[in-house]
Amino acid sequence: MSAQPIHFVAPGDFKQRARVALDDPKLRASFRGAMDFLQGKRASQFPDGEELERLRDLGEAVRQHALARLPELLEQLEAKLTAAGVHVHWAATADEANEVVLGIARAASAQRIIKGKSMASEEIELNHYLAEHNIACIESDMGEYIVQLAGEKPSHIVMPAIHKTRGDIAQLFEQRIPDTHYTEDVDELIQTGRRALRSAFVEADIGLSGVNFAAADTGTLWLVENEGNGRLSTTVPDTHIAIMGIEKVVAKLEHIVPLSSLLTRSATGQAITTYFNLISGPRRAGERDGPRNVHLVLLDNGRTQAYADEQLRATLQCIRCGACMNHCPVYTRIGGHAYGTTYPGPIGKIISPHLLGLDATADLPSASTLCGACGEVCPVRIPIPQLLIRLRTEANRSPDERVAHPLRGQGANYRVTQDLAWRFWSGAFAHPRAYRAFRWLATRMRALTPARQMGWTANRTPLKPAERSLADLLRERGQAE
Amino acid sequence: MSARDAILARLRAAAPRTVPTDAQALSQAIDHHYDGRRAAPDADPLAAAQTMLAALTALHAEAWCADAASWPAQLAQRLAAAGVRRLLLDPVRPEAAALIEALPPAIEAVAFAQPIEAWKRELFDTIDAGFTVARSGIAATGTLVIAPDASTPRTVSLVPPLHVAVVHAHTLHADLHEAARAEQWPAGMPSNLVLVSGPSKTSDIQQTTAYGAHGPRRLWVVIVTDAQGTTS
Repeated sequence: MSAQPIHFVAPGDFKQRARVALDDPKLRASFRGAMDFLQGKRASQFPDGEELERLRDLGEAVRQHALARLPELLEQLEAKLTAAGVHVHWAATADEANEVVLGIARAASAQRIIKGKSMASEEIELNHYLAEHNIACIESDMGEYIVQLAGEKPSHIVMPAIHKTRGDIAQLFEQRIPDTHYTEDVDELIQTGRRALRSAFVEADIGLSGVNFAAADTGTLWLVENEGNGRLSTTVPDTHIAIMGIEKVVAKLEHIVPLSSLLTRSATGQAITTYFNLISGPRRAGERDGPRNVHLVLLDNGRTQAYADEQLRATLQCIRCGACMNHCPVYTRIGGHAYGTTYPGPIGKIISPHLLGLDATADLPSASTLCGACGEVCPVRIPIPQLLIRLRTEANRSPDERVAHPLRGQGANYRVTQDLAWRFWSGAFAHPRAYRAFRWLATRMRALTPARQMGWTANRTPLKPAERSLADLLRERGQAE
Repeated sequence: MSARDAILARLRAAAPRTVPTDAQALSQAIDHHYDGRRAAPDADPLAAAQTMLAALTALHAEAWCADAASWPAQLAQRLAAAGVRRLLLDPVRPEAAALIEALPPAIEAVAFAQPIEAWKRELFDTIDAGFTVARSGIAATGTLVIAPDASTPRTVSLVPPLHVAVVHAHTLHADLHEAARAEQWPAGMPSNLVLVSGPSKTSDIQQTTAYGAHGPRRLWVVIVTDAQGTTS
C-alpha cells in the first residue's frame, strides 16, 4: 500500500470551508443519510426513556466523580500499571507525546507500527511525525485505513470515512491497492482491506492503540471495537503503546459498566460491540502471546486548561461516542472536515479551544444554532450549549482583561467597535432616560438605516426600527406608563 | 519540572476539596440500577441459554444448544463440513480432549505449543479455526467472556478465520454487570480478558455491515445445556 501525504488544514479557515461544504450536494447527501441512520440506530437502543435517564445520571456521576479525584486516580492507575509491568509516560503537549512514542520505537529498533483506532494519536498528528522520522504507521481500522489511503483525516470520531460513498472507496482501492479491481460490493471491499492489512499485523514491530476507559483500582485499559483490528494491534506485535487523554480514568472497574453501555448504544446503536478488550498488563510468565512490552502515554495537551475551570471541566466528561455530532444540524450540513480540527461537531467546538487555543478556533463556538440537541443526547450530560456560550464570551472578552482562569487565545474575537456597540446597547437598555432618548431618535431616523447590514442581510431582510415604538402603541391604548 | 509533575500540579491546583459522591456509593448506585432492571435471578440455565442463543443469532454468530454427550460429535461434523483442516486448541482441556476424540482424521488438532514468535506466519496463514472454552457468557448480549491463558492464548480466538467456542449454560450471567460482580473482576484481572459478541464486523463503508473485517469471519458457539456437563 502507499498512502497519500496528509493534507493539513488550519482550523482558522472554518467559514470558508463551511461554505464549500454547503455547496457540495454529494457531501451533504452523504452526511444527511449517515446521520439519519445513526440517529435511528441510537433511538432503537433506548426504547425505555426512563432507563436512559437513569443511566445518564449514572454516567454523569461516574465521570464527575472521576474528574473530582483526577490527580489521585491517575497516580493510582500509574502505580497499578507499573506494578503489572506497564511503562507509564506522561506528556504535557502533543510534541512530548510524539517524542515519547519515537523514543520507544527507537529503543525497540522498530520500523513499522500498526495502529488500532486512536483519536488521541490523530490529535497529536503522530503518523505525520513518525513518517518524518522514517517510521511507517499503518492505520488498521477500516475507516481510518480508507482515509489514510486517501491522504485525508477522519471526518467523524467513530466512523472516520463516513463522508465517502462506496463508489469513492471502490475507486480508491482500485487505484491504491495492488491487484484490486473496481467493485462496489461492500463485502468484497472489506475483504480487500482485510487482505491488504493482514500481513501488516504480522510484520509490525509495535501496535498502537487508544484507550476508551481506564480503571484505576485494577489498572485495566478498556478498549471497545468491532473489527478485531484493535485486538490484533494490541496482541500480535511485541510492543504495545496505548495513548490516552488524562481524563479517561475512572475510580473503579465496575464504574465502566454503565459507561460502556452508554458508549456503544449512543455511538453506533449497538447493545455491545463485538470486542471489549480488557488489558491489565503485558504477557505474563508462561503465556505464549501478547506483547512483552506495554507502554501507556498519558496525554494532557490542553486538558488541564479545561480542568482548571469548574464550568469548563464538564468538557472532560466526554466518552467520545459522537452522538452530539450525529444529532447536530450544523455538523450534518457541513460534515466533519469543515471544522479543521481532530474532534468535529459540538464536542469538537468545546474541546478544540483547549487543545489548540481560542485564537486557532475562534469561529467554532459560534458555529452552533444552540438548538440544544447535543446537550439532550449527551450520554453523560455535558451541558454543551452552555459551554459554547461560555467560550463565545471568552473569545469576545478583551485580551487584556484579567480573569481567574485565562484561556489560551482569550479575546480572539474581540473587536473594539463591537465591544463599544454592546456597551452602548446595554447602557441604553439599562437606563430608562437613555432608552427613551434612543427610542425617540431611532423611530424618527428609521429612513437612515442601511440596506446592507453586514452578515445579517446576507440571508435576511434589513433590520429597521418600527415607525412607532411598542411603548407608544401601548400608551395610546392606555396600557402603559 | 517533569511533564508528570507539571500535569499533576495543575490538576491539584484546581481539584475540588470535596468529592461529590464516594466511590463505594457510586458502585452501589450502579448495582441498584442493574439489580432493579433484572428479572428474578435466573435459576434456570436453560432459559438463559435460550436468551443467549437468540442474542448470538441476532449478532450473526452460528449458535446452537447441545448436551454434554452429543456436542463433540456435532461440532466435529460441522468442522469437517466447513472444510477445516487445522484446528487450534489446547488438548489438555477436557472439552478439547472430547472434541479431538470425535474429530475425523482429515482435521488436524494443533496445540499452541510454542510462543507466537516461533510460528507467527504459520499461525496467520495455515490455521483454519481456533477452539476456546469461554469462562462464562452474558445472555442478554450474547457475549462470550474469554480469559486467555498459557495454553489457550489470546490469538486463538482472534487470528483464525473461524472461532469456535463452547460455553456452559450454567456459567451464563444475565448481563455484564452481573458477570463482573459474580466473577469478582475488581479483585484481580488477568493480563487480558476479552468479551466477544459475534464475528468481527465493520460498518465503515457507507453504514453497510460487513463481517470478517480483521478478526474471525465466523463465530460458532455451542451452548452446552447439560447442567452437570464438563466444567473446567
